[in-house]
Amino acid sequence: MSSGPRQFPESPSSLSTAAQPDNAEAGDGALRLTILEAGRAERNYYRDLYHYRELFAILAWRDVAVRYKQTVIGFLWAILRPFITMVVFTVIFSKVAKLPGEGSAPYAIMVYAGMLPWFLFSSVLSEASSSLVSNANLISKVYFPRLLVPAASAAVAMVDFFVSLVILVIVMLWYGFMPDWRILVLPAFIALAVLASLGPALWITALNVKYRDFRFIIPFIVQFGLYVSPVGFSSSVVPSQWRLLYSLNPVVGVIDGFRWCLLRGESQLYLPGFLLSLGVVVFFLWFGIRYFRRTEKTFADIV
Amino acid sequence: MSDVVIRAEGLGKKYLIGRRQAHRTVLRDVVTRAFKGVASSAFDILRGRQRMVDDATEEFWALKDVDFEIKRGDVVGIIGRNGAGKSTLLKVLSRITEPSQGRVEIRGRVASLLEVGTGFHPELTGRENIFLNGAILGMSRLEIRQKFDEIVAFAEVEQFLDTPVKRYSSGMYVRLAFAVAAHLEPEILVVDEVLAVGDMEFQKKCLGKMHDVAGKGRTVLFVSHNMGAVRQLCERGILMSRGNLTADADISTVIDAYQQQYVKASDFSLRCGSMRFESFTTGVDQDNGRIKMSIAFSLSQSEIVEDFCLLLYSTNGVRLAIADLSRTLALPTQLGPGDYEIECSFGPLMLVDGVYDIGLYLKTGSFTDSILGCAQVSWKPVLHEGVSYRYPSQHRGYFETEVKGTITPRNRD
Repeated sequence: MSSGPRQFPESPSSLSTAAQPDNAEAGDGALRLTILEAGRAERNYYRDLYHYRELFAILAWRDVAVRYKQTVIGFLWAILRPFITMVVFTVIFSKVAKLPGEGSAPYAIMVYAGMLPWFLFSSVLSEASSSLVSNANLISKVYFPRLLVPAASAAVAMVDFFVSLVILVIVMLWYGFMPDWRILVLPAFIALAVLASLGPALWITALNVKYRDFRFIIPFIVQFGLYVSPVGFSSSVVPSQWRLLYSLNPVVGVIDGFRWCLLRGESQLYLPGFLLSLGVVVFFLWFGIRYFRRTEKTFADIV
Repeated sequence: MSDVVIRAEGLGKKYLIGRRQAHRTVLRDVVTRAFKGVASSAFDILRGRQRMVDDATEEFWALKDVDFEIKRGDVVGIIGRNGAGKSTLLKVLSRITEPSQGRVEIRGRVASLLEVGTGFHPELTGRENIFLNGAILGMSRLEIRQKFDEIVAFAEVEQFLDTPVKRYSSGMYVRLAFAVAAHLEPEILVVDEVLAVGDMEFQKKCLGKMHDVAGKGRTVLFVSHNMGAVRQLCERGILMSRGNLTADADISTVIDAYQQQYVKASDFSLRCGSMRFESFTTGVDQDNGRIKMSIAFSLSQSEIVEDFCLLLYSTNGVRLAIADLSRTLALPTQLGPGDYEIECSFGPLMLVDGVYDIGLYLKTGSFTDSILGCAQVSWKPVLHEGVSYRYPSQHRGYFETEVKGTITPRNRD
């Protein structure tokens, strides 16, 4: 998981002291046999991924460093967007539409707990899907596992996510609403949110290389998804006979999970629906990675 | 363990070229085409006619049946005309694109340098870009740290390390980019025509650095149109022609074979977007000091031709002249599909005797680039009035010049 923006290049004087012979790396490289053949699946693809971890870190760092360049308020954008949305949604859904919240938990916290994973999901989806196309110059000039590019842009979305998590803490303090032990499970749900977004994101990223139509489809999915996912309202609003069908939306499981963790169990986890969402997440992840890997080798030719 | 680091067997790379040259696929086209395809095949089947094969695309083999072996420590120059498949070969070897046929075995880490400054980000500083570019080229962070000072010194950009590279002059940018690349130490280094940038002084420095790399027993594959550099750097050469490997021998034999190719201008073929050059014949009218050209090309679709210039180069890659055909021949800016032929000449030139390269600068709706090494001319020694021929041609530069003047005693007042 990303640890936020890192100050990368240290001063040259401190660098030389850190210099050590890199034996393991060199020895491994010298004996490495690569076979290139048509349609040949990469045998040590995941070892390769590990081998390129530094490139991943640098690409992620670059994306973070560049993201708020030439903006006046910089990182505040990561805070402002979800915060304003929270205020608007609370007013519209709670005050105007008079939808019920989750037990005694403040409506604003419920909205924010749903919005965190939603923003993570939508920004991974939109950042990743355009990442390969905007890095076309890299892809047509150097080899590295292409998976790194969308993964690095997902890491940027993670940074934004953690920044807006701080706001949640502030909002909770404001309302004097403290979570209980369930918050310890939150990291697992954060991981689930990432996996849930990565699956469709990888699939669409690969498709977007060939069919630029997805550039237009993505904003639509993001806009539409905000309303079909329980962001501004609780999923208990959905009539019980439709609930299982509703859980086919993988984001539903993630958001319900987040609320369960953060709202002291005021929000009940609808188990069959959650398991279904989990199944959909796993399916998309498998499908996304498979599709990405199958088309990865042609990216340089068509991007 | 054998000494062979790269072994290619029956290597081939096929591209599908759309007739309509659509730049990228739009889902709508796929859907309508698929729909039409289904409809027409259903129609054909109903009528009992034989199914037509889809004619929207044609196959183009950029590489075909290429076999070679490269041993550890070989420094191999890959030469050939534009469109001969050199760059495709490098792309396959550096794993950017997958072969369509055959196989390659590679032992060791490959670093490819197909472009100077790949991945440079204009918003980041020089220091940050060194780390970014190094990582992209396959260096570990530790390796970059160790060589950081050396890279900075090589690039001569010490004062500007913390300036975003978007504020760099183009010379500084190229120097920094090449400095990172020059410090790569992979087992196998693959280099495309990247020395065509930068000033002469820096080119020499880079060649020297590459020479050092080659001297350390590393394997280098080097593509260039600069025969001087290839001859200087490589021991062995591979000649590519229309996707095939046509010669594999010591470098001077291969360069000779390459220069022989120009004599047979008939099999010249170069594709630039929708424009396809079929022949590029040169002649020299030395009495009037002019180079004559006859160029045949065809267009698959109507095309806007903004620039069409001939470039005259020395064999070590210095541009000597540019002949603007689009303006001076008043080429119509919009050319319809069909076959065309250009007959022209340019001069007057008073070249020093030797071999010169002809290149092309083309800017059309679908293509913009300078292409080196389209043809060669060889200029025989001519005697001009007023020119001294006391010095051998390698010391006379590129142009003969006529000297006029007098010498008289001067009185000191």
